[in-house]
Amino acid sequence: MSILLSNISKKFGTFTALDNINLEIPEGELVALLGPSGCGKTTLLRIIAGLESADQGRVLLSGQDRTDHDVSQRGIGFVFQHYALFRHMTVFENVAFGLRVKPRRERPSNEVIAKKVHALLELVQLDWLHDRYPDQLSGGQRQRIALARALAVEPSVLLLDEPFGALDASVRKDLRQWLRNLHHDLNVTSIFVTHDQEEAMEVASQVVVLNHGRIEQQGAPGDIYDNPANAFVSRFIGHTNVFDLDEQDADWLQTAGIPVAHQQGKFAHVRPHDIVIEKPTADSDAFVTLKDWQHLGSLIRIELVKNGSNGLTASVYAEMPNDQFRRLHLNRGDKVDLRIRHAHWFH
Amino acid sequence: MSKSSIMPGFRPTIGFTLIYLGLVVLIPLSTLVFKSFQLNWDDYVHIITNKRVLSSFRVSFSTALVAAMIASFFGFIVAWVLVRYLFLGKRFFHALIDLPFALPTAVAGIVLATIFQPSGFLGKLLIDSFGIQVAFKPLGIVMALIFISIPFVVRTVEPVLLEFESAMEEAASSLGATRWQVFGKIIFPNVFPALLTGFALAFARGVGEYGSVIFIAGNIPYISEIVPLLIVTKLEQFDIEGATAIALTMLVISFVLLLLINLLQLWVRKRSGQL
Repeated sequence: MSILLSNISKKFGTFTALDNINLEIPEGELVALLGPSGCGKTTLLRIIAGLESADQGRVLLSGQDRTDHDVSQRGIGFVFQHYALFRHMTVFENVAFGLRVKPRRERPSNEVIAKKVHALLELVQLDWLHDRYPDQLSGGQRQRIALARALAVEPSVLLLDEPFGALDASVRKDLRQWLRNLHHDLNVTSIFVTHDQEEAMEVASQVVVLNHGRIEQQGAPGDIYDNPANAFVSRFIGHTNVFDLDEQDADWLQTAGIPVAHQQGKFAHVRPHDIVIEKPTADSDAFVTLKDWQHLGSLIRIELVKNGSNGLTASVYAEMPNDQFRRLHLNRGDKVDLRIRHAHWFH
Repeated sequence: MSKSSIMPGFRPTIGFTLIYLGLVVLIPLSTLVFKSFQLNWDDYVHIITNKRVLSSFRVSFSTALVAAMIASFFGFIVAWVLVRYLFLGKRFFHALIDLPFALPTAVAGIVLATIFQPSGFLGKLLIDSFGIQVAFKPLGIVMALIFISIPFVVRTVEPVLLEFESAMEEAASSLGATRWQVFGKIIFPNVFPALLTGFALAFARGVGEYGSVIFIAGNIPYISEIVPLLIVTKLEQFDIEGATAIALTMLVISFVLLLLINLLQLWVRKRSGQL
């Protein structure tokens, strides 16, 4: 089901949580609402679900205005950050709940319910836990049960509020991959909220970046990374070196290979992998010093210190593959040559 | 246990607990038991099966039961309102709930008797418009007991309602549950064990209540005479054996009833995965 939000605004007292949000989500996408805490992403999700009402604006699901529909009438599935499993029911009853509360005419028979619940529990690979209570499960298991419960009513939209927020790192990694695959199999339009840009990039097919209740950018993960719309997005997604274009940095950038003559802004944002370092040749003007490096798996993050003319120093970070770095045979304190391949300019 | 425990102070605190338990609870109660052993079995049966004594047991336990049930119902609603809604004077109402705890029960009894007696303000109204007489009837006892026991229910249910995770309600709604289904299937089952505790406390208090009841009850033998009053009457007549026999019986019945309620609670908690 496609989702269309038009002119959504929401205030809490004097705090503006959402400021005139317009958003269109095509059917079958897996969308991440990404932003720092307090940016309004959870509020937006709750407004789509009908758990919160917007001060103004409309929510359209599949082209039909659902703004005034109660959450129970919207046909959405909602997965809560802290799972919100029913503590007094077994795993089986939790998943069956959505089917059992249907009006008598639509309610499936007990056999059908049992069959469906077990199928869903198989889907989340937890059928062996069907007679346990939520308190007896681990965080990752609870999250998957919460997902199965939401899927039981065959929602046309699946909404997930920080689905991996309360889990430890390794479980999180597994679940991300698993959610991606699940979405691929079910193909139900899904939106999840996260403050973790890595998670958004890894899982989502579309990323919506929010800040201060506004949408900063919407697009495919690669698009957003390669062509950030503004300085906020550029800083928020991935790592970025920011050069303030005062006199000194202009010279510095010029030497590093970025023409500043027709600059398009005051700040140059450079991704770490767009910085290339080389061993200085005899006649080159080596102007950065290698300070330290860290291993990031296949990549090495290199901390460089530029030697300011006035004695001030600031760190610049570069990234390059492990083996490439090893071939340079560099030591801490070596002077190196530096070349910037690409920069984004922002005002 | 004390060797491997990380928490310090096990010995002094358990010692204190045992001394307290002995001095305040066990010694007085066992004295009661020993005292009644001075009676032989036939005398005991004779005292207990006296018609007036049996009626007083019936009055005491039935009024306490009915009052505890009504207090549980209204206490739940009061707790619900206090937790769920914001309204003017909420803090004031909050303080008011505990008043029956602090008020001397005799004061409550005299006030209730004054307004519910046939010539009293509410008593007259009820007799004139509905033909219901409250005072000097078991109904009057129930009234007094409700007044006394409602705070027990409110104060046990309230913290559980406060702690209740509202996301569970939202989850139920998002799965299509109506408001009544959310209440009946999600909220109530989670609050029920606490409500049972409140019920047990209210019931126990009601069985033992004396001061607030005797004024409104009229203490008519076979109709509105409660067990505690009968015990006091016997003591005043220096019938110590009679008083202890009745008291012991009451102790045993109360203990068994509380045990049953606790077992029921255990069963409810087990069934709902809270243990």
